[in-house]
Amino acid sequence: MIVKYWVLVPALSLGIALPLHAENLPAFNLTIKDGRYSPEQVEIPAGQKIKLVIKNDGPGPEEFESSDLNREKLIKAGKTAEVTIGPLNPGIYKFIGEFHPKTAQGRIVAK
Amino acid sequence: MLATAIIVFREVLEAALIIGIVLAATQGLARRVSWVSMGIMAGVAGAGLVAWFADAISSALAGVGQEVFNAGIMLFAVLMLGWHNVWMKRHGREMAQQMCDMGQAVKLGNRSMYMLAVVIGLAVLREGSEVVLFLYGIAVAQQDSPGLMLSGGVLGLLSGAMMGLLMYRGLVRISSRYLFTVTTWMITLLAAGMAAQAAGFLTQADLLPPLVQSMWDTSGIVAQNSVFGRVLQTLIGYADHPSGMQVLFYVATLAGIAVLMRLYGSAPSSKVQPVNAIET
Repeated sequence: MIVKYWVLVPALSLGIALPLHAENLPAFNLTIKDGRYSPEQVEIPAGQKIKLVIKNDGPGPEEFESSDLNREKLIKAGKTAEVTIGPLNPGIYKFIGEFHPKTAQGRIVAK
Repeated sequence: MLATAIIVFREVLEAALIIGIVLAATQGLARRVSWVSMGIMAGVAGAGLVAWFADAISSALAGVGQEVFNAGIMLFAVLMLGWHNVWMKRHGREMAQQMCDMGQAVKLGNRSMYMLAVVIGLAVLREGSEVVLFLYGIAVAQQDSPGLMLSGGVLGLLSGAMMGLLMYRGLVRISSRYLFTVTTWMITLLAAGMAAQAAGFLTQADLLPPLVQSMWDTSGIVAQNSVFGRVLQTLIGYADHPSGMQVLFYVATLAGIAVLMRLYGSAPSSKVQPVNAIET
């Protein structure tokens, strides 16, 4: 079917463009362990794009999720993942770990 | 166990609603239950694979493989849903009035069912992979005994499936005169919602700008993470803090499908002139 083939074109160009994607964003670290985030509050500068570097120390996978920020990322135990955030208006933005919603809670404070 | 059930329920819910809508929209198409079942089974198998390869996918493409994969799945489903709508508009009336011969009707029906089975498979794959990983995580952390965990999972699965059944039952009550229009709209909204979710993933991967951080904040009215919020998210693409790019994708998909249905949706036989004045 013709539709399938021309979908490949943007997909391929994405694949070529991605390695050129800038890695210059300021990084902020977050760790998940035993169903808790640490730190539970991350301060970032408002109005700037940043990347959150999330490490899952386990046990088991976790899903970083925030409806305030529109972000959702699944991270297996022992792995690290990056999530781009911002530019944000000043404020408090909550996030949770979907697999441990009662204990994995944190917030991003943009100043 | 209840915590397990709730989390599994929320993941299953999205796929179950889609299945309910598709079953209602395809009433009359031959062997649609087999098609849907194949879609579900393929999705379950795929979910296992995706869960297994989750970190390979995640670290692919400079660390944004997961977002690109999810966005790709959603956008492909959007294409399938839009295509289905256009084809059903074009040929649905023909098939209903048996203006084509049976072979043609079956062939057209099969094509449409294939598209929808793919959409269902993709939905099951996406939600299923999260369920698989979640259950695996619980098993690893040994928070619940295996028996409790399994019953929680089954409870969540059955409750989610029940919602899909309710959706189907509710829809088929609509008189068949309006059912086609209603399900066409539901499929269009489903597609628009998926497009908005895809936009969210691409923004998360820093491949698209958000344009506006938050077009509105209705989390005080309906929280996206509540059960009702999730139902709305699947059915109409509701988001409590959508970015500008997400709203753009949503509107563009609505408009795109509507335009394509207009352009290509008229049955070819409508050009036939009435020959006799005598009606049978």
